[in-house]
This record gives sequence, C-alpha cells and structure tokens, in this order.
Amino acid sequence: MKTTTTATGGDVRLTGIGKTYGAFTAVHPLDLTVPQGSFFALLGASGCGKTTTLRMIAGLEEPTGGTVHLGDRDVTRLPPYKRPVNTVFQSYALFPHLDIFENVAFGLRRRGVKSVKKQVGEMLDLVQLGEQARKKPHQLSGGQQQRVAVARALINHPQVLLLDEPLGALDLKLRRQMQLELKRIQTEVGITFVHVTHDQEEAMTMADTVAVMNAGRVEQLGAPTELYENPRTTFVANFLGTSNMVEAEIDTVAGDDVVLRAGGGKLVLPAGRCSAPVVPGGKVLVGIRPEKIALAHADDAGTVPDGRNRLTGRIADASFIGVSTQYVIDSPVCDQLAVYVQNVERDGRLVPGAEVVLHWSPAHTFGLDAAQAIDAGTDTGEEAA
Amino acid sequence: MPTLTEAPPPLAPAAPEPAPARRRGRFTPYWLLLPGLLWLVVFFALPLVYQASTSVQTGSLEEGYKVTWHFATYWDAFSQYWPQFLRSVLYAAAATVLCLVLGYPLAYLIAFRAGRWRNLIMVLVIAPFFTSFLIRTLAWKTILADDGPIVHALNSLHILALTDFLGWTAGDRVLATPTAVVCGLTYNFLPFMILPLYTSLERIDGRLHEAAGDLYARPATTFRKVTFPLSMPGVVSGTLLTFIPAAGDYVNSELLGSTDTRMIGNVIQSQFLTVMDYPTAAALSFILMAAILGMVTVYIRRSGTEDLV
Repeated sequence: MKTTTTATGGDVRLTGIGKTYGAFTAVHPLDLTVPQGSFFALLGASGCGKTTTLRMIAGLEEPTGGTVHLGDRDVTRLPPYKRPVNTVFQSYALFPHLDIFENVAFGLRRRGVKSVKKQVGEMLDLVQLGEQARKKPHQLSGGQQQRVAVARALINHPQVLLLDEPLGALDLKLRRQMQLELKRIQTEVGITFVHVTHDQEEAMTMADTVAVMNAGRVEQLGAPTELYENPRTTFVANFLGTSNMVEAEIDTVAGDDVVLRAGGGKLVLPAGRCSAPVVPGGKVLVGIRPEKIALAHADDAGTVPDGRNRLTGRIADASFIGVSTQYVIDSPVCDQLAVYVQNVERDGRLVPGAEVVLHWSPAHTFGLDAAQAIDAGTDTGEEAA
Repeated sequence: MPTLTEAPPPLAPAAPEPAPARRRGRFTPYWLLLPGLLWLVVFFALPLVYQASTSVQTGSLEEGYKVTWHFATYWDAFSQYWPQFLRSVLYAAAATVLCLVLGYPLAYLIAFRAGRWRNLIMVLVIAPFFTSFLIRTLAWKTILADDGPIVHALNSLHILALTDFLGWTAGDRVLATPTAVVCGLTYNFLPFMILPLYTSLERIDGRLHEAAGDLYARPATTFRKVTFPLSMPGVVSGTLLTFIPAAGDYVNSELLGSTDTRMIGNVIQSQFLTVMDYPTAAALSFILMAAILGMVTVYIRRSGTEDLV
C-alpha cells in the first residue's frame, strides 16, 4: 500500500485552502506551511476555524477550494484512509468494543501488517500502558485513554500527527503533565505534530510555531516568544496574555524611533515594532505587557532613568498574589492599566490611592494599527484561560 | 498569637435516632415494591400457574378436567406435533434472517444518511401499525394472489420453477405455500427488527467512523470492524423481538398458508378453541416456551454482547 511513510520531504503545505458552509465561511482561503518535524499549534477560540483546518488536512472535511500537499504529494482529493496522516480526536474516539491492544493495533492490521504484537507492545510501553493491554477503553481513566489515542495514531508512523484539542477533557494538573509527555514523545519520534488548542498557555509551552486564528483567518504566525513580545494585531495582543493599550498620535519619526503623543506626555516606540503605517499625525495603539512596567512612587519621580517611557497615574487597586502584586492603575491617558510587579522589594507606599509613575523601556513597546477594535480577543482570551 | 494546630474536639456522639421512626422505615422498600409485585402476580404468575395446572389435568369437556399430575400429556403432545414445532422454528428463523437482511440497510440509512428525512422515514416504518394486523396480513393474500403481479413476474422469470423444485412454492402458486407464510411473517415483524437496530446504530458515535477511516479502514472495513460489532445489541434484540413472536404466530399460517404449513401456534389455537383439549394445548404452550427460552439463552451467551449493552 502507498500509505506507508516513505517520502522524506514531508512539509505540510496548505495552499489557498478554505471551507464554506452555505453562506458561512469557516475558513478563509489560507496558505500555511508546517515544516517537517516541527510541533505546530493552531491556536484560537472555539469557532475560529482551527479544527476545520485540521480536519481538511486529515481528509475528514473536503475543502471548498485550495490544495493540501504532504511533501510533494497532492492529497487534496484522497480519502482519509489513503492519507499518511493520523489524528488524535478530541474525545479520543477509542473503539469501545476492542481492548487497548486491538485499538492500538487497528491501523497496523488495516494495512496488512502480520505480526503486530511486538510493535504494539513497544508503543504501549512508550505511553506507559503496557499493563493495561487487555482492558477495554471504558476501564481506563481519562488520561490513560488519551495516551491510548496517541499510541493508536503514532504506531502507524504517520507523516503528520494531528491533535484535535487532545487535552481538553483532562483536569488542569493532568493536562500540564500530558503537555510535557506529548512534547517528550514528539522529540523522541520526530514526527510533525499539528496541534489544535484554545489554551494559549498550552500552545506556547508545547509548540515551536504557533498560528493564532480568529474568525477563519490566521492573525499571526511565529514562535511563541515572537507572538508574545511583538504581537501584530490587538487580537493576538489580548488573546496571548494581557496587554495594556493606549491610543496615541505619531508626532515625529527620529531615525529608528517613532515619537508619539499620548495625553500630555511623549512615548517612544521602535519603528520595527510598529505594525501600523508610520505617518506623522497618524493614530497608533501603543501596547505594553503588564510585567514590563515598573512602578515608582510620585515622590521618587526624579529617580526614574532618562530614556524610559513614562506615564503618571493613581493606584486604583492592588492584589497580592504571592510571587507578584497586580496593580490596576488609572492614568489620564487610559483607565485600568495593569501592572505586575515582582515581590522582590516591596514599596510600602504603593497602596490604592497613591500617585505613581509607570515607566518601561521603549524596546518593550509595540505599536498596533488603531483601526482595529482595541478589545479584540479579550473575551475569548478569558474564556480560554 | 496562638496558632491552632488541632481541630476542635468532636461533639458528643449523636444521640441514636428515635427507634419508632426506624422501625417504620424498615418496611418502606417493601411497600414501594408492592405495585410492581402485584402487577407481576396478576399478569404473569397467575396465568402461568393456571396454565401449568391445566397442562397436568385429565378428563373430558363433558365431565370436566381434574388435576391428576398427568405429565405424559407433554410427551404425547410433543411426539404428535414435533413436525409443527420444527416448522415453526424454521419459518421463524427464515423470517428473522430476512428481516435482518431487509431491516439493517434501512436502519443504517435512517441512522446515518437520512438527515432531515429521518423522522418521516421513522413514521413510515411505524405507519403499518395504524392498521389491524389481520387486515395487513389479508392484504398479502391479494399481493400474492394467483393472478397477481408477483406470481406473474416470478413465473415469467422462471423463478417459480426453481422454488417449486425446492419445495418453497407449489406449482404456479405462491399463496398457501411456505414462501407465503414466511413472507407474511417477515412483513409483519419487520418493524420489530428495524426499531432496535436503529436505536443501537444511532447511538454509535460518528467520530468512531472517522477514527476508523483515519486509521486506514476503507468504508467496507469500517462497517465490518466497527459499525456492525457496535450494533450487535440491536441485532440481538431485533432478532429476539422478531423470532420469539414469529415462532408462536398462527395468523400468517392461517391466512396465507395451508394445512401443510401449519405452525405450532395453529395447533395450540385449534386445540384450545376447536378441539377444546385444554391439557394438550397448555402442554404445547409450555413446550414452546421452554424451547424458545432455551434457544434464546444459548443465542445470547454465544453473541457475547454483555459488554456492549
């Protein structure tokens, strides 16, 4: 059979692939390349088209347009059973009438492999379920079932392993454990993993590359640090972690720096970190992550080094959460700025009502196009957390 | 500030509950069982006991029947009517197999492919029940009539010659032959096959089909290895619901058959209502019951569906 993995140039290439259901567009035509051997995450809120994209790679959904390539092979018109791709389903979809051994052996038997015993044994050992081989799926815990689902897919040595929210049904602790486990397995077997999730933390801890999807489109694609440090849309800025965003107007452009006016003060933003068009007089959303901001009491305003962006404000609320204190600060330019300060040396004067200076390095500032909704991705971000 | 390192001492052990309340509570479960037990006694145990006592009576219609523990009636009844027993089992088995063959594709269609037509098709499956069993069976007399379209078609295709050779039909007739009786049984019990099949097919998670396809199973293999094994509870209950009543049926043989197609139901019916030999009729009923019970037990054991139900 041709389904065995003999091809080596195994990138997954989606070209203009899209899916519409009647008038509803689930996935807008998108281009995506997943390099061979990488751990790739499709991240987004429910209904953003990430699962549909995954199912089009698996062949379970027929794209309305575009092509799917595995390496050099066009698999767009191939039925699922002819694709060298396996899926770990959201609810595992283990066969309830077969025991664990037969569940794992299913793919091998369908491809006519005669002696499956050794391979299945090894695979069950890899997922630490050697003892459970003769049990039925319903006799296992959620975490064990999940590992069976992974083993059942991996044993076929697919060119690509697709994971559709595989950890969604597990509790938090088990989920963290399985994240590390999956990452370990991926490193061990070197197969391309495409992982669909709505959990931003999960995507960032596991994946080499993350594609953030929203309303059927890829908003931004990159390494987790890149997405977090330099988001290019408000959706990404809000969906991945928390961002403070302040509306500002471009004042002047000085070399690599853009000088902005916000309220009465000036803020500096590196031109390379601004995804909005840089035109003097144009509007920009200035973004800064809460943990990048330092706080100084208004009496110490003189001690803030030169060259840092600064804003003034008053502490509206402070919550102590152990490793850090989270402040909410009302500033003339923006209400409700979030600031996370590590509890290294706590300044006893920083209590609600105190006047403070917020300051941060211009290098941590990012600029976004002011034409988008400032709160895109906030609701969905909370739901996912 | 002193730190509390121990939980406060527990309160004094709770006083025992008042005894009368407990004593009254002890009988509550039995009171709650009563309606169910009563139902079982009136509708199940009493008729059974009455029949059992009838089967060991001797006497005649004129002198009346008395319980004489005459168990020989069982052996006499069986040795006289074993061909009818055998015929009943064969006809019922044939009808059950036909029901499965005809019903499975339809149940599958309703469960997985019908989409918004699902409810309509379900209504159509059940619709025949709105007419009397007798009338529907009589309608088959017209369908299979000697000058009817079916006999014509079978005749011109020379199929009747073959079925005549096999003993399924007689000459140019379909009516009053085993074929007609089995057709009637199949038709009448088909919904009892389709409904349980549909219920168990419908419960199968569609993602299991996707998973099988994802694991290199072609559609036919998916059916053989996943869908069919998972529908076994429906197959078992459907075949039981078809086989058991079909084995005891007498209407189809009465209306569509002849004296050569008499089933055990016809014998019991005539013993009770025409010959009025009540002990023989009761004994035959018990033999039929025991035979079916035995066959069903073996069948359920062999099909091994305990895990799935």
